[in-house]
Amino acid sequence: MHTRRNFIKISSLGLGATSLAGGAIKWVTGAPSPKKISIGAKSASSFKTVSTYCEVCFWKCAGWAHVTEDGQIQKITGNYNDPQCNGRLCPRGTGGVGMFSDPDRLKTPLIRVTKNGEQTYREASWDEALDFVANKMKEIKEKYGPESMGLFNHGTPGKHFTHLLNSFGSNNIGAPSFAQCRGPRDTGFELTFGESVSSPEVTDIRDTRCMVLIGSHIGENMHNGQVQEMSEAIDKGAVIITVDPRLSTAASKSKFWLPIKPSTDLALLLSWIHVLIYDDIYNKEYVAKYAEGFNELKEHVRTFTPEWAYGITTIKPEQIRQTAREMANAAPAVIIHPGRHTTWYGDDVQRSRAIAILNALLGSWGNRGGIFLKEGFKIPDFPHPAYPKPAWSWQDTMNGRYPLAKESVTNTLIEASIPSENNKHQIKGWIVAGTNLVMAIPLKEQLMQALQSLELLVVVDTMPMEITGYADVVLPECTYLERYDDIRSSPHREPTIALRSPAVEPMYQTKPSWWIAKQIGERLGLGEYYKFDDFREVLDWQLKQVGQSLEELERVGAKKLPRKTPLYIEPGMNFQFKTASGKIHLFSKELEEYGFDPMPVYTPHDQPEEGYYRLIYGRAPMHTFSRTANNRNLVALMPENAVWINPQVAELWGLKKDQYVWLKNQDGVLSNFPVKIRVTQRIRWDSIYIVHGFGHHHKPLTYAFGRGVNDTEMISKVSIDPIMGGTGMRGNFVTFVKENPKKEVES
Amino acid sequence: MRYAMAIDTRKCVGCSDCVVACQTENNVPVGFCRDWVVEVVDGTYPNVSIELRSERCNHCDNSPCVRCCPTGASHFEDGGIVLVEHSKCIGCGACIQACPYDARYSHPEGYVDKCTFCIHRVREGKDPACVSVCPTSCMYFGDLDDQNSKIVNVLKNRKFKSLAPEAGTKPRIFYLV
Repeated sequence: MHTRRNFIKISSLGLGATSLAGGAIKWVTGAPSPKKISIGAKSASSFKTVSTYCEVCFWKCAGWAHVTEDGQIQKITGNYNDPQCNGRLCPRGTGGVGMFSDPDRLKTPLIRVTKNGEQTYREASWDEALDFVANKMKEIKEKYGPESMGLFNHGTPGKHFTHLLNSFGSNNIGAPSFAQCRGPRDTGFELTFGESVSSPEVTDIRDTRCMVLIGSHIGENMHNGQVQEMSEAIDKGAVIITVDPRLSTAASKSKFWLPIKPSTDLALLLSWIHVLIYDDIYNKEYVAKYAEGFNELKEHVRTFTPEWAYGITTIKPEQIRQTAREMANAAPAVIIHPGRHTTWYGDDVQRSRAIAILNALLGSWGNRGGIFLKEGFKIPDFPHPAYPKPAWSWQDTMNGRYPLAKESVTNTLIEASIPSENNKHQIKGWIVAGTNLVMAIPLKEQLMQALQSLELLVVVDTMPMEITGYADVVLPECTYLERYDDIRSSPHREPTIALRSPAVEPMYQTKPSWWIAKQIGERLGLGEYYKFDDFREVLDWQLKQVGQSLEELERVGAKKLPRKTPLYIEPGMNFQFKTASGKIHLFSKELEEYGFDPMPVYTPHDQPEEGYYRLIYGRAPMHTFSRTANNRNLVALMPENAVWINPQVAELWGLKKDQYVWLKNQDGVLSNFPVKIRVTQRIRWDSIYIVHGFGHHHKPLTYAFGRGVNDTEMISKVSIDPIMGGTGMRGNFVTFVKENPKKEVES
Repeated sequence: MRYAMAIDTRKCVGCSDCVVACQTENNVPVGFCRDWVVEVVDGTYPNVSIELRSERCNHCDNSPCVRCCPTGASHFEDGGIVLVEHSKCIGCGACIQACPYDARYSHPEGYVDKCTFCIHRVREGKDPACVSVCPTSCMYFGDLDDQNSKIVNVLKNRKFKSLAPEAGTKPRIFYLV
């Protein structure tokens, strides 16, 4: 196929550029690098502290940047006023300063040009780059309508570009956090309880008496508040039950570890439901009062006995019964944790429904130690004219599929960006802000087709992530430590607001996203939507409307506000769930109407062929996605990922600890780079495990390049959830290649 | 006054936040560390257990590093904190060899460096950086002579062990098991 957009790993940027083997040139400019920090600890008095909230992951813990007299960020600490972190950041937050001091940061705007027949980037001024983007967007609007501009985003930059796209007349906006992550969970809980469990999750872990984790590895996923509360629960003697084919950190702290055969979780969940109902140990009063569809459910699970589940899951019947009794004993102070990354096998909404149903049978929603009732604090929008109504939107790119997706599905936006007769509507331009799609989206070929078909690709990032190599224009964003962003206001136990303000001036020629979006907007004639000079004005106005002040928030960083509604369902309260009927839907008429199973059904999934192992991926506490693999403050803790294999597998293959192998999947896809072997008793013999986010293949990431294996590239088979479009990614199998297959590093 | 630390292995998730916090607090050069996390796996799948623990200088009562130091750079501070006075250190590395815990390293600037229990913070009445940052609150720092301190309390109520007791160093770091 015609490649109008070559992946550029070569950038001739003049000054100081060095030739490497193969003619590659480092991604550098002559701009100054951060000053060396002085040796020796400093006392508190020599620091200025500036309020921020973290951007290394989505938890967004409030903290303080400690700035030295000579304007360097020495360290970042947590804010004690913030209940999301309680003054304690996680390793990534503590090491967030490495995002700021990364020598490989994007430093100046870049524009793709063809020089001597070769595509390359040249440095550009902001005016030039912004004019380029605005002119192209105008062209797309004239030719196809404003709806043909799409946005992919993650984190706080997304808000600024969402405002830009909405003002422009498009809401074709997507984030991998839905269809590649928490989407099935949210849909499953909405179908059952009428609302999702939000982020940060509304799980009352600190007061729970029993928590069940199913493939959720708290402690390795470093969702700060949850990790802190799990620790508190351990102190208080809570029972933890962990279902995982791997002895995760959480599993090692559990009273019960159920080392399940991968892909069979739904069978275990159904048998737990069976035991609760047929052993008559479910929360009868709660179910009678708040749930509907119990009789149908009872009939539905009649045959799903622990003995039935044993044959599928390899978990012994007495263990299934015993753990069900533990849950019942603790009820309603029990949490069957909804998890977060839930796109596994394509029937993930149904699995999440089973989890929701279990919570319902135990009466956890609305009860202390179960799932509490969240309360938020609304920050009003800065005044702007009404957004124009788009002629079509992301719902129309579904072509009738995924009827219960409440958020846009990245994969359908990507499909709509590939010219096809099946597409009623076509997306022609993308802005990508804060997400490295190349390492987040499976089905690489489809993504590559879309990237090649676009008429405009703008990438906004702080780092030269893989996605920047496909851009027409790269816009260098400053890091979170150098900018204002929206007030953080996430609903939780206590409504809390937090301020991010610049600790230091942006380095190099980097700019905050609010500024970049505003500049593009003004060039598009959307000045009415940007009636402010500085984002400080926006924050000041917003806070005043709700009786708060920017000055106070600068001083305290984060502020808890009083709750106005009860945290738990109170006696005598006429509590209504947010479903159509006000009751919990054990039986889902909504699913039935769309032709889906109204109650979860176990379906067997593919198992690996001989010599292949199921690819299971997950998190490490010191890394976030693919964005921290180059962070010098974190890389020493885990410089690369390793493939975990059981000693039996190691013996079978003659593999030794620390030996490097290549991975090959069921479709013959070879890993770009070799990966280290870790032989451990912590993993089943039918699976392998790797930490996500490594195997960067973009040379400008000078540390991360070539370290470890990228799980996303090995995921060439995806099982799409027909209910909401989630991409199930746990159905891929890999084998080991011991000899160097001498594969050229791709694109 | 006898400063000590207790670390709850039942709560530690091995996230290594203690390592990062120590590095940014004490300007430990990239590639070096004063504390680190160890994972010990025991058993055969599926009967496996793991212990995670954050390790550092044990600030031993009977410190081989202080005894062997030819210049007196390695010494005891108030409260029994073992410190290296950088200006007196000649970087001979005898202490590195003597330490049974491998807790010391040669700083690129020519002296030996290690955990100070964040004495600059402790003097201000704060916890060491690793303790103050730990998301699981699995570390307790305090004075063993203060009967009301949290550390005395947890050591009274929980089973604990120390590392390499056979070395006879009388370590001041205790692991709750």
